[in-house]
Order: sequence, then structure tokens, then C-alpha cells
Amino acid sequence: MKALLIAESREGKVLGSCSELVAFAQKAGSDSVMFMVGTDSNLPAYDGTIYLADAAKYGEYNPAVHKQLILDVVTKEKPDMIVFSHSSYGWDLAPRVAFALEAAQFSEVADIVDGDPVVPACNSKLRRRLKAKSTVKVLTLQAGAFSLAEPITASPNVEKIDTDTAGKVTFLGYEEAPKGGVDLGKAAIIVSAGRGVGGKDNIPMVAALAKALGGEYGASRPVVDAEWVEHARQVGTTGQTVSPKLYVACGISGAIQHLAGMKKSEFIVAINTDKDAPIGEVADVLVVADVKQFLPALTERLQAG
Amino acid sequence: MKILVCIKQVPDMESRFKVDSAGTWYDTTELVWRMNEYDEYGVEQAVQLKEQTGGDLTVLCIGPDRVKETMKKALAMGCDRGAHVNDPDYATRDPFEIGAIIAEYASDKGFDVIFTGMQSQDRGSAQVGVLVSELLGIPAVTTIVDFVLEGSTVNVKRELEGGIKAKVSVTLPALFTCQLGLNTPRYPTLPNIMKAKKKELLSIPVQDLLKVAFRLETVSMQLPEKKGGGLVLEGDAGELADKLITILKEKTGVLAK
Repeated sequence: MKALLIAESREGKVLGSCSELVAFAQKAGSDSVMFMVGTDSNLPAYDGTIYLADAAKYGEYNPAVHKQLILDVVTKEKPDMIVFSHSSYGWDLAPRVAFALEAAQFSEVADIVDGDPVVPACNSKLRRRLKAKSTVKVLTLQAGAFSLAEPITASPNVEKIDTDTAGKVTFLGYEEAPKGGVDLGKAAIIVSAGRGVGGKDNIPMVAALAKALGGEYGASRPVVDAEWVEHARQVGTTGQTVSPKLYVACGISGAIQHLAGMKKSEFIVAINTDKDAPIGEVADVLVVADVKQFLPALTERLQAG
Repeated sequence: MKILVCIKQVPDMESRFKVDSAGTWYDTTELVWRMNEYDEYGVEQAVQLKEQTGGDLTVLCIGPDRVKETMKKALAMGCDRGAHVNDPDYATRDPFEIGAIIAEYASDKGFDVIFTGMQSQDRGSAQVGVLVSELLGIPAVTTIVDFVLEGSTVNVKRELEGGIKAKVSVTLPALFTCQLGLNTPRYPTLPNIMKAKKKELLSIPVQDLLKVAFRLETVSMQLPEKKGGGLVLEGDAGELADKLITILKEKTGVLAK
């Protein structure tokens, strides 16, 4: 069995998820080769061959061109699996490659059970085991689902590749995240608000608990999208990644994108009316309660304490 | 300008899910249904584009009769007509079949812009929009959080990891998959809900549009195994607060003992 691992590079830097692709190939007991649109001055640690296309020439986002480059490697290497990260790069590119190869695609693979990929459904409240009808398979891997027991230190053997395909979209550049005054990465205690806090009017309740604990307050994505809290305080894949001593998740269901940003916290308390909420999977303590009743009770005691 | 927005009806994610008797999908009885959240942003963007260009906007949804309720919301938000692909077996379809149904519907209609959600909340494959674009041979830009039309060019921002956005421009026709936070979806007003009742809602049997075979099948669906490490506290808010403070004092160094 052979896997083609699609590594990612942004602004000349290899993204950390590359090692997860290698970990997946190991777990699946598969040989592998790697592909990346990037630069030869910054390569992933990998003990094998990497097919490298020059990002300066092809751009970091140019789906039709990246697809063709991958298809050329597929023709040469004839892999059984083409493996992406389930990221903004992977979920954009994987279906294009799957379509061209008439292959089935498994999205957000979290595990392999008896050879079948397992993927989440319904905000991770359910899991599905899937089988492909096609011989070649395309997979995207859930962030953090596969990790190496020991880091790799080897340097890959580089084979440069080219194509003369033109793309239909024009990549104009990156826009950095707005700079906020809050660096949640440095906070020892974070109290975060999720949609379950009920409304913007209840954010002060979350901020008050953070203050009583001597920490900062943060928020999940839906709360930021609804403009209850500014983006600088967002925790998760598209916000900040945090690992405080104490993380208190208030009315946060626990979407995978949020969990990816906070599951390395030392101690996690979740407050949720839904006992089955996926946040319970990572919480050390799950308080089954309405945030609006529980938070004032807790804050009052801490202030009195 | 001809615009298509594709929506899906999904269960409320706060629901308590059970596996169905076949063991391959969730039990659909006793669930509350709503529009896939990502698609609400798609509908809003489509309505804004229609208002900007004086265009014509169709909303498409695949599923059993009950999805018409969700389609009515899209019509009340401002879509001009509904195309309901009647498919009682929609839950067994894989992303390729769903994409092929939509592409078959769209193939002879000359849509300038197609919006889909970036993914559905129940299945989350993030494949359908891109597959539709590949089948139609038009470009797709995924996970957009900003959309500006200038002439026949659209400038969008794609949301990447870590709060970074990629700025991309594309010439129409094109397909866009919508990320959360793209805009602020409007609430349908009562007069618009009344007006929506008179709008055309065409039903098309799925057999007319489904011409491909599936590539992916579900072996089984399960509830995740509980890892079981966490402590679950239930009871009166005041008592819970006392218990939690005791635990925090014992297990963490953040509270003075």
C-alpha cells in the first residue's frame, strides 16, 4: 500500500500538520511519498521522497494548478491513497483531486477501525464508519487525530516538479488577523463564552467570573460571529490556540475547531445544559447547569471567598 | 444575473441523537429541523447579490417533503423560487451523488453564481460545493468570509487557520462555499413570510436528476465511546458552585486553599 501525503506550506513555512500525515501512514501500515507546493529552503522533516513544486511560481492558493501537480505525481507513483489535512487547503483541494480520479473521499478522518476510516457526524455527537467503492481513495485527516510517537529528524529527498496548467482564480495575497490587545496565549486562566450564554447581555457575567478568578475571558466562534465578543478573544482553529492552567467553557458545545484551540489546557471545566455535548469529552469536570444561573452563583462565592 | 443557492435541512445540533434501526444513520423521529447554519450565510449573500444586481435567485434543496419548511424560510429571506429535489433516501446519498444531482439541475440553466455552505452540520464532508463546480467546469472558491462583486469579477476572502485570510479574485461564472461569519443572515419579516407562501416551489423527482453511482457507503453509525475521565456534576446551582470550588482547590493551583 502506498500513500501520497499532501503537505502544506504557507508564506514559505511548512505547517505543523505535516507530521500528522506521516503518523497516519505509519498507523495505516502504508509506504508513502510526499507532495508540497513550497520552497526548498523550508522542507518538512520526512524520511522519504518529496515532490516539490515552487510556490513562487505556482502560488500558495491556485487549486486548478495544485490539482494538476498532484495528478502528475499520482500518475507517476500510483498511490492507493491521497492524504490531506482537513484544513482550508485540504478541504478545498481534496474533492477536486477525488473528482479527477473518480475516487471516493473520506472527510475529516478521526480514526481507522479494522481498515475502515471513521469520521465524525453531527458536531462529533456521532461517528460513521465508511467504505469506498473506488480502488483509489482520498482522505482528509481531522486535526490532531494522528500523531507521531517520536518526532522525525530526517530530511526528505527532493524531486522538483512542474506543470504548464493555468488556474482560473487569482491569489492576491494574505490578510493578517486584526491585532487585538488580548493575548490569551499568556493567560493562566481563561473563561470562555459559547452560544449557550444566551446573548450579548450575558457576556459581562462571563467577564465577571474571569475577573473573580484572576484570568481573561475568551469566546467560541459563533459568539464572535454574532459580535457579542471581539475577534481578538476567539479561541479555536481560526482564533487563538491556548493552554492555560484552567479553562472554563461556558455554554460551549465543543465543535472540533474549538477543541483544537483549547484541549491542551491543564484543567478543563465545562458548564452546559446538554450532558451529551462533545465538550464533555475533553472536560475534567462537566457541570450540568444553565450558565445564566450557575455563573453568578460561582462568581459570588469566589468574591466572598 | 442568475443566482443559485443550495441549502440543506439538518437537525438541531443540540438534539440528543440516536442511531436508527439499520445502524447506518441517525434516527430522524423526534428531531427539530432547521436550515444548515453555513447555508444561512449562503442564502443571505445570494439575496444581497440579487438586490445589488436585480438578479434572479433560485434556492435548491434535496430531501423528503419536510425540507419544504426550510425552503420557505429561504424564500421568506428573499429567494425568488424554490427547486425541491424530492428524495426520501437523501441520507444514503454520498457527496458525489448530491453534487451530481445539483450539477445536473444547474447544467442547462446558466447560473452566473452558485452558493453552497462550506459544509453541512450533520455530515460535514465539505465536498459537495467543490464537486458541483468540477462537474460544471466552473471555478470554486471555498470557505469565503467576504464577497464583493465588481463588474464580472468577484473579490473574496477565504478564511484560513489562525485568523489569516487569503484574498482571491475570480471571474464569473463561479461557485462559492460560505463560511460562518460571512455576513449577518436576516430574519424573515412577517410580510415576507406571507409573500413567500405565494412563491413558486417546484418539486422534481430525484430520479430525473440522479445519473451517477455512489462511491462511498456507510458501514455503521455509532455514538462515540465515552472516554469517561470527566466528572459530571448535577444539581442546584449554589451547591454545584460550592462543589466546583472544592474541586478547583484540590486539583488545580489556581485558587488559594
